[in-house]
Amino acid sequence: MKKMTLTAAFAGTVAIFAGATSAGSDPATILSIDDVSISTRAPAPDFLDIDEVISGWVFRTSETQALQMDDFDNPGMLFVDQAIDDWNTVEGSEGQSCASCHTAGPEEFAGLRAELPRWNEEQGSLYNMEDYINLMRVDYMGAEPLKWAKPRMDAMVALLSLPSRGMAMNVAIDGPVADIWEQGRELYYTRVGQLDMSCANCHEDNYGNMIRADHLSQGQSNGFPAYRLKNAKLNSIQARFKGCMENIRAEPFAVGGEEFRALELYVASRGNGLSSEAPSVRN
Amino acid sequence: MAENVKPRVRVPRSATAGEAFEIKTLISHIMESGQRKDGDGNTIPRSIINHFSCDFNGENVIQATLEGSISTNPYFQFDAVISESGTFTFTWNDDDGSVYTDSKDITVG
Repeated sequence: MKKMTLTAAFAGTVAIFAGATSAGSDPATILSIDDVSISTRAPAPDFLDIDEVISGWVFRTSETQALQMDDFDNPGMLFVDQAIDDWNTVEGSEGQSCASCHTAGPEEFAGLRAELPRWNEEQGSLYNMEDYINLMRVDYMGAEPLKWAKPRMDAMVALLSLPSRGMAMNVAIDGPVADIWEQGRELYYTRVGQLDMSCANCHEDNYGNMIRADHLSQGQSNGFPAYRLKNAKLNSIQARFKGCMENIRAEPFAVGGEEFRALELYVASRGNGLSSEAPSVRN
Repeated sequence: MAENVKPRVRVPRSATAGEAFEIKTLISHIMESGQRKDGDGNTIPRSIINHFSCDFNGENVIQATLEGSISTNPYFQFDAVISESGTFTFTWNDDDGSVYTDSKDITVG
């Protein structure tokens, strides 16, 4: 010990309790990760009544924010590491891994996350990251599709989202997806469940306010899949929808089902202009 | 056997002799406490990282004994001061007998 002096500060990564209002320092306002600046505020898209769209990161405490500002501290990156292993793993009847064809690595998908979900002309349906992953697995690798909202899938979505970090969300809402988008909008404003609440009651009418111990955000999806301190894993946006619906004591729609797909599209379009942050850190 | 265990370490590549710098370590681990029960009511056996240590050129820098209530993905952050170039080695001991190690070289400039 004679050569060194040290101070040790250690804690389990999820043992950092971020009291919603008791934060030691004021929440930060500028997010930049590895010199990539992330827009956490943007003018709202025309179809919204609010003036400004705000990333969920802004609503978190300084401690939670700090976790996302450094990739080493971001526990979501652990899952990205796992997905890199998966990326290189040969699976299925064709003897292929992701890396066999995508030799440039996940960086090839820079910009993709910011446009999803989008219409896939060839398949004739709305596609999000999960769909693309399973399309490749089934059609090109001859492997089993991954289950939605499960660790392997969420990690892979995070890996493929990472190259788009910092790029502005730009989800198309017209053309072939117009009807689906309209269905999503309808769902967003429809009150459901025993508490008779819609998404808008919290995330449009009351963002910034407290709902008991929680600081309500705008419910933006630009940071998903998000690492949540409450369950110490990556959470897909549709799993989050399910959680929200359970909170208002509604019967959740199926993850991967038609309703959540429409809602995912609509919610993503509400965040147009914000930077993609995936994988983000939330409480 | 814990799955997907992967240590991560951040040590600066170079440092000034006598000046403190920060070391961060993180290991992905489920840290099953041994207190939980599965769907059938059977206790899920404890599976945690029970010991962490960091050495510099063979000399111990810090050690920690971890117990059952430490959260998943244990994270350690500490400062060190060194006077010569060398190698930091990091060791994590798993309940199942596995030992995970990582090492980083650092130059005193």
